[in-house]
Amino acid sequence: MSRWPLRWLARRLAQSLLVVLAMTVIVFAGLHAIGNPVDILIGQDVDQVERARIIARLGLDQPLWRQYLAFLHGALRGDLGNSLVYNVPAIQLILQRLPATLELAVAALLLAVLVGVPLGLFAGLYPEHPLSRVLMTGSIVGFSLPTFWVGLMLIMAFSVRLGWLPSGGRGATAEWLGVPWSWLTADGLRHLILPAINLSLFKVSLVLRLTRAGVREVLPQDWVRFARAKGLSPQRVVLGHVLRNTMIPLVTVLGLEFGSTIAFAVVTENIFAWPGAGKLILDSINALDRPVIVSYLIVVVCLFVTLNLIVDVLYKLLDPRVRLEAAA
Amino acid sequence: MSAIDNAASTAQADPQALRRESPWRRVAADFFSSRTAVFGLVLLAILVLAAIFAPLVTPQNPYDLMQLDVMDARLAPGAASGTGTYSYWLGTDGQGRDIFSGILYGLRISLTVGVGSALIAGIAGTLLGLLAAYAGGRVDSVIMRTVDLLLSFPSILVAMMILAFLGKGVLNVVLTLVILEWAYYARAARGQALVESRREYVEAARGQGISNWRIVVGHILPNCLPPLIVIGSLQVARAITLEATLSFLGLGVPVTEPSLGLLIANGYQFMLSDEYWISFFPGIALLVTVVAINLVGDRLRDVLNPRLQK
Repeated sequence: MSRWPLRWLARRLAQSLLVVLAMTVIVFAGLHAIGNPVDILIGQDVDQVERARIIARLGLDQPLWRQYLAFLHGALRGDLGNSLVYNVPAIQLILQRLPATLELAVAALLLAVLVGVPLGLFAGLYPEHPLSRVLMTGSIVGFSLPTFWVGLMLIMAFSVRLGWLPSGGRGATAEWLGVPWSWLTADGLRHLILPAINLSLFKVSLVLRLTRAGVREVLPQDWVRFARAKGLSPQRVVLGHVLRNTMIPLVTVLGLEFGSTIAFAVVTENIFAWPGAGKLILDSINALDRPVIVSYLIVVVCLFVTLNLIVDVLYKLLDPRVRLEAAA
Repeated sequence: MSAIDNAASTAQADPQALRRESPWRRVAADFFSSRTAVFGLVLLAILVLAAIFAPLVTPQNPYDLMQLDVMDARLAPGAASGTGTYSYWLGTDGQGRDIFSGILYGLRISLTVGVGSALIAGIAGTLLGLLAAYAGGRVDSVIMRTVDLLLSFPSILVAMMILAFLGKGVLNVVLTLVILEWAYYARAARGQALVESRREYVEAARGQGISNWRIVVGHILPNCLPPLIVIGSLQVARAITLEATLSFLGLGVPVTEPSLGLLIANGYQFMLSDEYWISFFPGIALLVTVVAINLVGDRLRDVLNPRLQK
């Protein structure tokens, strides 16, 4: 246990940095592959001298690798240029919208766990029960359902037909830690319900299947039989032994899924007019607002790499088998 | 069922027959023993035929403006057309397009994009995977690190990034899907090839002095196919859903070539006025298509997985 964690952590950190660096290269190359930024920034009526001056001022006369270094230098200081539409720093725009997206993603994952784990537990404990079969078939449909279409149908049913819930927006927000949140007000919560359900649909199926598979794997193990033989009540065996050991892979997957939930929030946010980063990025793509697109990509990639890192570290800490293997 | 039983009993009685029964026939027999899988396959066949023969089946060509009548716009399902010659079973959209016709023509685009991208990605990914397994060393690590990088990001994010730079269009969508999907095939092909290359039959072929290229293509590749076929079938479903999502977001196919996703997007603006059918039916068609493919793919996975065979 003495040396390996630090060395492993250092290697893992270096890997993460490499991924972020690779992504900046790809994004930068992508930006340059599609066209000369000069044509977008400078109007047609500018004469040659003025044009050359602007090009020099923007550093566009430099070789590409030098431009890349300048881009990287700006990125490190959090300067990725101003939004062409809003004329404020792009990174600031993203960070302002991010809490709304995080709120939605957390709500969706919470819902997935609260619904998926009990159902998966049931399907795992009673695999022959008719309800379990319905659940398993249902989860295939859950995987196949096009998220955006379900979103439209939810609006159709609960907003237009029944009129129970609002069809879009964040509703009233309350401030906490200097950021407005919807879940702190009753009206905001009402606005949160439909988008959260929509975003969680795929994850519910995933959690259900994972929990079921985990339970099926754990049940025949010796220590579960031993716990039963010891005379523990079925509830204690299920909650204390079976469920606990199913949780390790589940936590890992959920950690990784958090990133993809944020990415897929783009779809949900656009259907429900939820003013998060996902709605902003789509609007920016349509408006060709490149600084915002680049900032979004870099922020999300960093978020992703950090999440993967945290999940990896937690996994090492949680699972005694992985810990022992590494120590040996 | 009885035909299969008969085949099994003759096979037992006659060792010659056993030798003649090809593995593919056994796989087919296994496949057809599941009722849900057969249901999925039949459903899929109907959808594919309907898409291919769309001009013969549909009452109008939804993209021939001469055949559209604006007076017929936004009619509810079952309404008769203005000319009275046919009825709109599933209603019409904002431009008087028959939804049923639109779905079948849209299905053509969705299926073409899904199958096309899966095929191209399958070929490219398999070749790169085999190359990685065979070349080893630096080639291997470059290919596999790229695969790791691609697979560590959610598909929608990578797709948005590529399409933000490329712009919309059917070919751009196919290219995007290929970039997203090849990694799955490459990883599977490499893993399988590494396992196969240590088998005795490869050793035997090498001993006979057969060239490396012929060993890879003629001996290793056929034995790598089963897992790749499974991935392929499931990737078609994934590709169709992703294409629909991207088109819905306005990043996918252009309005002149509407896929199912774009048809659903067209109905978005009419949702709030309770005209559900414009989005509802294309969505059902999309769902049924994807479920049918997934049912077939799920069964293929069980049938082709050597670990599950007795």
